[in-house]
Amino acid sequence: MRYLESIVEENQQITDDIFVLCVTFAGGDVKPGQFYMLKSWDTELTLMRPISVFQVEDGYLWFMYRTVGAGTRRMSELKNGDRIRLLGPCGNGYPCEELKGRVALVGGGVGIPPLCHTAEVLHRNGLTVDAYLGFRDELFAVGDIELWCTDMFISTEHGEEGYKGFVTDLLKPERYDAVLTCGPEVMMRKVAAMCADANVTCYCSLEHRMACGIGACLGCSIRTKNGMKRVCKDGPVFRSTDLMW
Amino acid sequence: MDNDVKLSVEIAGVPFRNPLIAASGTFGFGEEYNELYDVGCLGGICSKGLTLHPKDGNEGIRVWETASGMMNSVGLQNPGVEAFIASGIAQMRRFGNVLIANMGGHSMDDYITGAAMLSDADIDMLELNISCPNVKSGGMAFGIKADVAKEVVSEVRKVCRKPLIVKLSPNAENIVEMALACEAAGADALSLVNTFQAMAIDIRKRKPVFNNVYAGLSGAAIKPIALRMVHAVCKQVHVPVIGIGGIYTAEDVLEFVMAGAAAVQLGTVNFNNPLAGREVLDSLVELCRCEGIADINTVRGIC
Repeated sequence: MRYLESIVEENQQITDDIFVLCVTFAGGDVKPGQFYMLKSWDTELTLMRPISVFQVEDGYLWFMYRTVGAGTRRMSELKNGDRIRLLGPCGNGYPCEELKGRVALVGGGVGIPPLCHTAEVLHRNGLTVDAYLGFRDELFAVGDIELWCTDMFISTEHGEEGYKGFVTDLLKPERYDAVLTCGPEVMMRKVAAMCADANVTCYCSLEHRMACGIGACLGCSIRTKNGMKRVCKDGPVFRSTDLMW
Repeated sequence: MDNDVKLSVEIAGVPFRNPLIAASGTFGFGEEYNELYDVGCLGGICSKGLTLHPKDGNEGIRVWETASGMMNSVGLQNPGVEAFIASGIAQMRRFGNVLIANMGGHSMDDYITGAAMLSDADIDMLELNISCPNVKSGGMAFGIKADVAKEVVSEVRKVCRKPLIVKLSPNAENIVEMALACEAAGADALSLVNTFQAMAIDIRKRKPVFNNVYAGLSGAAIKPIALRMVHAVCKQVHVPVIGIGGIYTAEDVLEFVMAGAAAVQLGTVNFNNPLAGREVLDSLVELCRCEGIADINTVRGIC
């Protein structure tokens, strides 16, 4: 856990509201599913913004984010050479070392990017990885994730690309040793329920408003079967069976 | 720290190496921020707000960004006084600075029992929270009316042998009367202000952002009002006052000291800059040097 200043190498718009940001990175171990608190302002905005890691490269860190509010809009205005503050890596990440065999990654919307780093690490660990990616309309990150996957399943809400409907319609959890998911809560709940029926281990990565990002303020606490947990520190990845939804 | 500038202060007989204290609720029990810098460099740390029994806190959204600040409705999630005594204190002791236990309550009995337990524990000071706006029928109820506050502080005073700080709410009917009442009831020091009761509405959902409807506003937005309140209270009371409210920079620290504060607490700024404690301390040394202030105590209350 460090608080660093990095330089923006690239900040490119890739769809209507999705941007990919590349910053210089002094190095350090970043686990799939971990995130950083980012800040490209001084005190004009109060809080840093939690953004999960898209890809880790020698000397660079990549983020993919959707512009949803004042913070991410401000980030979208970053130019090459601008300075940005990073606090992290935050959170626990997916337990990649404990997984084996064949793994399904199920992502929805802006929950898809962290699955890219996850796919790469699992692939390098010798696992077989399939990806199920659900989009609203425009695709993003598919080419980057595809590199590490055996089978790819794509869906869009209105059928612009791939299957028309929800990506969970395509998932067959019984084929897998574990399912890792990140995306809208309604999607993850469905994935968790399907995995429970098939008796397959499922890990969910949650999104939450947070202030400190390091477990001090309790602004992101959720109720779980093991008591109150901080999404930023005890999560963002939880066993689906520990969640109360 | 360079010794050409004297930053050490004393509050109710307790020596602080400098006037910067981490504010309750923004700093946990110190261990998370200690991963980023040695939090022992601060004058002191206020624990996460404790209650006699463990609390899960509030449901729904708990933090919300606002113009020049933020709102929170955490609702005093904490492990309870007993767990704090069992493990939290030892953890905070490692930092080597002043250990302040912050405690709120729901009833007179809770305040008295909790204060008595903490008084017997290895803490340096007790900060009594009579000002949390986020807990229904507790906390802030004691912080609105001076006569109610006087009663709870008097009762806690009877069982508390540790230096007692009372943390005041800016939502008090009259902050100066409140301060005088707490002083008369036996407070050794006062800290102010806690968050301002505030509101946000999600216009798309057409309902309040927070489940409790109202939440506590903090950050730079409240600093000038907090400063006025600290100034007004310092003019009237004889006990030391700890200034709180949107303090982000060394300049802010000096403003509060010149308004009469013996020390200050840093809260919301920790979220904007996790190294704020150390950086404000470094800048304060530099600022005092530039301003020709050899001892910070010499400018206290000059305005």
